[in-house]
Amino acid sequence: MKVRVKFFAILRERAGCGAVEKELADGSTVADLWRELQKDYAKLDVPGIRMLYAVNQNYVGVDQTLKDQDEVVFIPPVSGGC
Amino acid sequence: MFQVTNQAIDLQTLVDYVTDPEAGAIATFIGTTRNNNEGRKVIALEYEAYGEMAEKELARIGADAAKNWPICRMAILHRLGAVEIGEASVMIAVSSAHRDAAFAASRFAIEEIKKTVPIWKKEVFEGGEVWIGTQTGQRLPDR
Repeated sequence: MKVRVKFFAILRERAGCGAVEKELADGSTVADLWRELQKDYAKLDVPGIRMLYAVNQNYVGVDQTLKDQDEVVFIPPVSGGC
Repeated sequence: MFQVTNQAIDLQTLVDYVTDPEAGAIATFIGTTRNNNEGRKVIALEYEAYGEMAEKELARIGADAAKNWPICRMAILHRLGAVEIGEASVMIAVSSAHRDAAFAASRFAIEEIKKTVPIWKKEVFEGGEVWIGTQTGQRLPDR
């Protein structure tokens, strides 16, 4: 299956791009995807931050199983407002 | 009205939106760029959003506020891109029959925005820049 990943903010800068498609084994989870992405983007991991995860624009747990064509976003600490 | 925008925000747009014949109060909140933060001289804040999800989360905040307080209407606009000193990054307007609900709901909204809405700000200051919230005691290496 193939999933679509979007990168924002510090992760976009560290990946060097805003979006990527990733081929994954069926049954892969958000955590599996994150491990795979770190092989592609060596600097992606930001030590010491708490990450949240969104699939198809809803917050999910890291153990969420992915489906073909899911849109996955890794959300570093948000800082909107003022 | 729950939107992110690349344009400067106009408060009157929000006030017009929440104006309601049932309302006896309209509370507004404006978040602006301050010229200093933790001893750094701030030049500008640069906001970035996961736009579709950010607008869904802003609408969720509005729905939660309506469950918690008897409000009439709510509007939240969040600006993206570079926001210079003194300019507004976010505006909230809430109308309600009586003032307590409008004050409480606007306070709730800004606190929730800071916690759950996928919007990020990079602080550009004299001598560097940093994504707020990713600091682990040290400045991030320059790009």
